This record gives sequence, C-alpha cells and structure tokens, in this order.
Amino acid sequence: MTAYTQTSDFLLSLIVRDEPRVLTRVASLIGRRGYNIKSLSVGTTEVPGVSRMTIVVQGDRSIVENAIAQLEKLQDVIKVVDHALEKFVDRELVLVKVRIESSEQRIEVRHIAEDFRARIVDVGRRALMFEVTGDEGKITAFIEQMRPFGIIETMRTGRVALTRGSNADIPSHVYGEGPTQALEPVIN
Amino acid sequence: MKRTGAHALWETLLAHDLTTVFGYPGGAIMPVYDALTAFPDMRHVLVRHEQGAAHMAEGWAKATGEVGVCMATSGPGATNLVTGLADAMLDSVPLLAITGNVARPLIGTDAFQEADITGITLPITKHNYLVKSAAELPGIVAEAIRIARSGRPGPVLVDIPKDVQLEAFGGEIPRPHAKPEPMRPSEAAIEAALEVLRGAKRPVLMVGGGSQHAAAEITEFARAWNLPTITTLMGLGVFPASDELWLGMPGMHGSVAANRAISNADVLVGIGLRFDDRVTGKVSRFAPHAHIVHVDIDAAEISKIVRAHTPVRGDAGVTARRLAQEATRLDNPEWHAKLADWKTRFIRHDHWSAGYAVKAITERLAPDDILSTDVGQHQMLSAQLARFEKPRRWLTSGGLGTMGFGFPAAIGAAMAQPFVRSVVIAGDGGFQMTAQELATLTRYKVPVKIAVINNSFLGMVRQWQELFHERRYSEVYLGGDNPDFVKLAGAYNIHGLRASNEAELPSAIDAWLSHDGPSLLEVVVPNEHGVFPMVPAGAALDEMVETAPQGVAQ
Repeated sequence: MTAYTQTSDFLLSLIVRDEPRVLTRVASLIGRRGYNIKSLSVGTTEVPGVSRMTIVVQGDRSIVENAIAQLEKLQDVIKVVDHALEKFVDRELVLVKVRIESSEQRIEVRHIAEDFRARIVDVGRRALMFEVTGDEGKITAFIEQMRPFGIIETMRTGRVALTRGSNADIPSHVYGEGPTQALEPVIN
Repeated sequence: MKRTGAHALWETLLAHDLTTVFGYPGGAIMPVYDALTAFPDMRHVLVRHEQGAAHMAEGWAKATGEVGVCMATSGPGATNLVTGLADAMLDSVPLLAITGNVARPLIGTDAFQEADITGITLPITKHNYLVKSAAELPGIVAEAIRIARSGRPGPVLVDIPKDVQLEAFGGEIPRPHAKPEPMRPSEAAIEAALEVLRGAKRPVLMVGGGSQHAAAEITEFARAWNLPTITTLMGLGVFPASDELWLGMPGMHGSVAANRAISNADVLVGIGLRFDDRVTGKVSRFAPHAHIVHVDIDAAEISKIVRAHTPVRGDAGVTARRLAQEATRLDNPEWHAKLADWKTRFIRHDHWSAGYAVKAITERLAPDDILSTDVGQHQMLSAQLARFEKPRRWLTSGGLGTMGFGFPAAIGAAMAQPFVRSVVIAGDGGFQMTAQELATLTRYKVPVKIAVINNSFLGMVRQWQELFHERRYSEVYLGGDNPDFVKLAGAYNIHGLRASNEAELPSAIDAWLSHDGPSLLEVVVPNEHGVFPMVPAGAALDEMVETAPQGVAQ
C-alpha cells in the first residue's frame, strides 16, 4: 500500500439493481475510504430493473482497486467495470448560459459554438444557453472559450462511459440464459 | 387469528431451523410477538437490553457456526442492536437481525419511535432490507439468511413496518436456499502456493477466525508439511494448542515465538485472516523477509493491508485440504530449534495478579468448555494463557473490541450448546456494561459460570496511560463505586463467591465451576498490573517489549 502514493482519476462503471439506497451504499463505501467522488451519473439501462452508474474517483491505484473489490461485494452491485482495463468512450453533457452584451458578441459567441458543435437550447435578449456534449477536455475548452463573454451559470452532468466494441459490459454468465435473467428479483 | 406477515416471519424462521430468537418486544414489533403465541416450537429468549440480544445471538453463532437471530422493536430498540451488528460485521459472524418499524404511511415522518435503521446500519451490515409488503417478507428473510451464512459470513438486518406485520399473508413459505458448495481455489493458485511452500526454509502458517469451520483440514495441512503454526486471536482453537508446532498468538499481545517467527519467516501462509493492525503492528515491517501466500474467500481482503505475493481465493478448508494432499514435509532443524527456544520465553505469572487468576481458572477448564471473554486485560491474558484444543470454544470480540460482549455471548453459547460448560471471564468494567443480563440468566437458569476479574480499573486503558501518558490515570478508576459483585449476583438469586488471594483461589474456583447452575466468582486482584509481552501501537512486531518496563508491574 505504501508503495503507491500517486493519485489520479479512476473511471468506473457500476451495473446495479434498482433498489432503494443503492446510490447511498456506493457513495458511502467510497466516501468512508476518504476519497472524493468527482463525478457520478446514474441512469436506467436497456434492461428494466438494472441501472448503470459512471463514477469518477480520485485516489491511488491500490486503494481504488480495493474499493472496486469492496463494491463488488455489495448485494445490489451486479458488476464493476474498471475502464482503465479496456478502451472506452466517455462523454459529458453541459448546459452553459452565456451573457450577451451586443450583437457583435452574439455573432462571435455563435461562431465559437459552431466550432464546438454546441447547440443553442435557449435564446434570450441578454443571454444564450448552449448544450455541448463531448469528453471532459472538450467541455472544459468550451467553457474556457466562453468565459471572457461572461458565463452566467453552467451545469455539467458528469461523465458517462461505455466500453468500446461489440461486447456488453455484463457478460452473459452474469445474466444467465438471457439479459432478462438479470431482472430476477433479489428474492425468489 | 388470520395469517399475517408476522406469521409468515415465524414460519420462515422455522423452515430454516432457526428456532431460537433473542429479543425484546416493543410497540412496532408487537404483531410479531402476538403471532409468536401460535408457534410453541419457537424459543424466544427475553433479554434485558437489546445489545444483550445481539451479543447472545453472536455467542450462539460463534459457538455453532450457524446463524444467530436477534429481534427488537423500532427506534431505540433497533439502535440498541447497532453495537452487536458492528461487532458481528468485524468478526464475520452470521447474524439475522429482525426489527419492527413504524407503519408504512408513517415512515419518514419522524413518527414516535422511528429511526432509519436501514440507513443507520448500512455500513455495519453485509446487507439490509426494508420490507414493503407481507407478500415479499418470507422471500426477503430467506435471502437474508442465505447472505448471512454464505461466503464470508456477516450480519443482515430485515426491517419490517408494523402494518406489513399485520398485512394478510396467503402465500407459500420458500424452502431454504441450498447451502452453497465451499469455494474451490483455482488450480493455478494452488500450484503457485505449492511452489512457494516447497522452497520454504523458514515457513510459518498463520490461521485466523475465517478458518473456524476448517480446523480438521488446517491441522492436517500444518502437520503434513510440518509447518509451525500461529493462531490469531480469532483463530485460537483452530489448531490444537498441545501440538508441538503451535507457536501461540501473534500481534500486540502475542507470544514471543509467534512474533519472532513472523519477523524471521521466509514464507508466511495466512489462511482466513485479514491482517488486522493489532496483528501486524507496523505494516511496512510486518514479515519483512517473507513471501506471503494469502488464502481468503473474500477478494477484498487480499492485499488490502499486506500485499499478497501469492493470492489464493478460496474456502479455508478446501484450500488447506488441497495443499495437504500435495505435502512435502519441510524439515529445517535450525528453524525449529530457534522456534523452540523462543517458545520458552513467556511470562510465568507466579505471583498474585490478574494473570495468576486467569491462569488458575483456565487451567481448570476442560477441553470442551466454551470460554467467552469481555474486552481488556483479562481478554488478552485469557488469549495468552488458555489452551484451546478445538475450534468454537473461544468467544471474544476481536475486531470491534466490544466491552460488554462476553457475558451475553456466554449465555447465547450456553443455550446453543446446553451440554457444554459455558464460562466467561470478564473485567469489572466490561461486566457492568451488560450485567443486567443476570436477569436473563436467572429466568432461563442457564448454568453460565462468570468470573469477574476485579482490579478496580479500566485496566487496559490504565496500562496505556501508564506507558504512553506518563501515568496520568484519567477517568479509569472504578474501585470507589464498583458494586459488591457477589451481592449483585445475589440480588438476581445467582450463586456468588469471592477470592482475594492465592490461598482462597483454588477452592473458590472449584466451588464456582462445580456449582449446579449459574455462578459468579469475583476475583479481587492488585490494581496496577499490565499485560506483557506487548508491541506498542505503531511499532513493529520485532520491537516487542517482552516484560514490563522498570517500575511497571507485570
């Protein structure tokens, strides 16, 4: 343990059952080890009763590895995917509200937005709201470009990730015969 | 009387052969207690505090390896179980806790006697449930029992709202889940472990509480390879103390032989243990020359504290048997001679002291007796001095170090094993934390033998103050207001006697142990004795202090 001291970001996907307090169980397990969750996104999946979380944890390798092993012990966690092990795609969505002081500014801001493939989702006399998706770097770059014009507020969703390729993160042996097996209630 | 969720609960417990429940009724669990009257085969043990119920269930579980059951009402009843649940979590004890809660419409409204017990116990249970309907109740209880006993055992809590207990139930009671096959280690891991073992010159085997069910296989493994064997506090009894290969207990109050063996070993095989900080001392200097083979069923334990060079994930018994099958006897006379020399270095306790008393008591115990302890000096002395030949004869709170554990645990064990003598050694501090269970003892006439080693102090805290806080004895003296323990027992109609010196002790022990029924022996010992050997907190095992420093009583 003492051999590792460098901390970095770890991107994990958790496939979990839709049960009360799953989020709390996951968050408290990581929090208890003194690590901050930098980002956390949760959503339902293509399988009813199963949700997916993408979490970003900052920590040193050995502690995060142990956290993964501990997470895998939770009854409601079906699988933990450590994205460091395989290629993945990750995205973040952000809503950015930018101040517009003049028509020149409006044009300039719209040009930058086009370069980032940002969509305008709300138009006001004094402000524009943009929606941008992309990886963490793109989102950060967009925000930095907009900053000089005056950012009124932003909301980032946190990262979501999927492993590349044709395989699902939950292998069939977890599902059993077919994906619907994963839906078997915890009790039977 | 219509069949309700409460009936379904009792039926499910009976279907699982869980026929003894330690509990205490209250408003939010009254329907369950009402339904209990319809189940004459069920034994409910009425305790005097819910913490007692949890520890009794633990004692039951530790003595049998089976699931212990405790029960409480909502709010304060449920929160009183919390210490026992945390204790069971740290010592991997299979426990089922049933709590009542306020009716579903009241949940979350700060109703009378409402506590979010599933929220409170989240980090100290293996899993927990809030039951939403009578229909799902039996299934949840069956699943909870399966989780409690499978893999690495642990406590599971099932919280049942009062209206769910009262809801009509017309369903089937599920059959118990089949006991899973013990987990086999991979052949690759076994091969790797065998290769390491075959090359060992100074091997040592260290066995923990996760091996309690695997004593036969562990003993076979150790003897076949000729492995010097250490048993941790929780592993005492897994390997017979009378065997020449046994080196004692490791860690803070471990034996010289065990700690020296660890510091000098070239191969250390750990089975069913988690390298607790009280075992390792300073981790960076733990077993510094050893290649570590760690066998555990819980993947999260492997390399959690001490890096395992060869991890083996599997059941302790299956793995030990597999390793025993491929045995090559390792003979290294030099290593064994060294160990034999270290084994001669122990404290003799030949003058009147807590150690003297504990030694005298444990020497008179039979190999089948179950010995429980509380937490503190008497606990460490008992661990050092008692000689266990069999597993499940030693009940102590290792991980959480729960004062008040020993006495109720001894009651639970006595009820689980009515033909085995259940003895508890407690201190004057810890005993008073659950002493009200003397009433439970009287009610059920359980012949538990209680020894209270009375040094008028919170002895272990005092020892630390003595050694590390320049003898500032802050709030650890109990002597001025301790009760007369013999009179206290008498107040509950329990036989009691006292010994205050060497001369009185032997006959007092005999009278105490041979008394027909529960009995309390108070042993008054000098105030300021310490427990040695000792590895100071944060120090390495090779920095062990073998005997008391000058000016400190042994």
